[in-house]
Amino acid sequence: MDKVVNLESIDNLFYDGMSIMIGGFLDCGTAETVLEYLNKLNLKDLTIIVNDAGYNYKSKGKFLANSNINKIITSHIGTNPDVGDKMNNGLLDIDLIPQGTLVEQIRCKGAGLGGVLTPTGIGTKAEEGMEKIKHDGKEYILATPIGADVAVIKAWKADRSGNLIYRYSARNFNPIMAMAANKVIVEVEEIVDNGDLDNNNIMTSNIFTDYIIQSDNK
Amino acid sequence: MSQTKKKIAQRIAQEIKDGDVVNLGIGIPTSVCDYIPENIEVTIHSENGLIGLDKEAEKGFEDKDIINASGRHATIKNTGSFFDTAMSFNIIRGGHLDMTVLGALQVDGKGNIANWMIPGKLVPGMGGAMDLTVGAKRVICAITHQTKSGSSKIKKECNLPLTAKGEVDLIVTELAVMEVTEEGLLLKEIAKGTTVKEVVKKTEAELIISDNIKEF
Repeated sequence: MDKVVNLESIDNLFYDGMSIMIGGFLDCGTAETVLEYLNKLNLKDLTIIVNDAGYNYKSKGKFLANSNINKIITSHIGTNPDVGDKMNNGLLDIDLIPQGTLVEQIRCKGAGLGGVLTPTGIGTKAEEGMEKIKHDGKEYILATPIGADVAVIKAWKADRSGNLIYRYSARNFNPIMAMAANKVIVEVEEIVDNGDLDNNNIMTSNIFTDYIIQSDNK
Repeated sequence: MSQTKKKIAQRIAQEIKDGDVVNLGIGIPTSVCDYIPENIEVTIHSENGLIGLDKEAEKGFEDKDIINASGRHATIKNTGSFFDTAMSFNIIRGGHLDMTVLGALQVDGKGNIANWMIPGKLVPGMGGAMDLTVGAKRVICAITHQTKSGSSKIKKECNLPLTAKGEVDLIVTELAVMEVTEEGLLLKEIAKGTTVKEVVKKTEAELIISDNIKEF
């Protein structure tokens, strides 16, 4: 199956009120071409799951600062003052979650787990509203699954069937999010023919990917 | 970097032992690696997904896909490796880091640390800091002794939202090295040019004075 498409042909995947997961750590490993396109769609009432709010002048951060978003579930917004201002003005809810807990919640969704027990955040604001469980004399927070309607991820190379390879530290949340959304759109720098990737090196299997977009940024 | 911050970074570098796996936070902690003695081998973990972090990339040699946790272009040693965020935090929470060095807004004698928000003012988020403080075997807090207006950051009890409860092991400021013990905060070293009296005066937390105070 050939999953290579252009963005215009998958417009119907995006709608008001939807949830979108976005891969990347700051601007490393982020699907810039897809996010530039999403910026133009003027979607409303979105829920976004993302490690951080990025930089307000660039792709992910620009999208988060300019879009009509109800809630961002994230670990850090300190690099994007526009998002901070929106939160302070009550235009946006921010759920701040420790990074290691956030990634486990996304992993749980993709792995069919009901949750994980983490010691991170005990005795802090991170435990507010969370169920706590004592096990073997130690207290944990129950972190439950987080999924999304669509994941927008970034890889280095894909074959046309959707097998993926990431490059250096641009991997981060991308392979985890690839398992946790109903539809997965991957932006890649290079598309190769099936068979041209060494099977040993594939990091995300094609069963997880739905659409491949050629990145403008190589 | 100011002399104050340099002094803190230099002193913390002496805590690192040969073979240690460490994570250095943003700010003063990042510069600790500039002062690690050359005769020891240290592995640096970066929570965005790599181990074996090396120096920042030289101008003209930046690779867009190799960054450190501050988002700066970095390099990796030839024995290093990359992984996803889940693995990165397995390493952190799983007790595989010998040490983490973190900056803070406040720290106290019970080992509590606050470094991720000032309610109503500054809410950047905790990023990986809560995982690092809970997971690393040893937590060192790198902090200037007082705020710009002269109040002590070494509190009796932190009044800002905590990053972690009771996880800090050692506090290093430009004036003092203090260890969190069951009995309380133990003043072990003072900076050259200061006195125990001055340190006590500038510290809100109660200090137990070591019988064997050293200078650094």
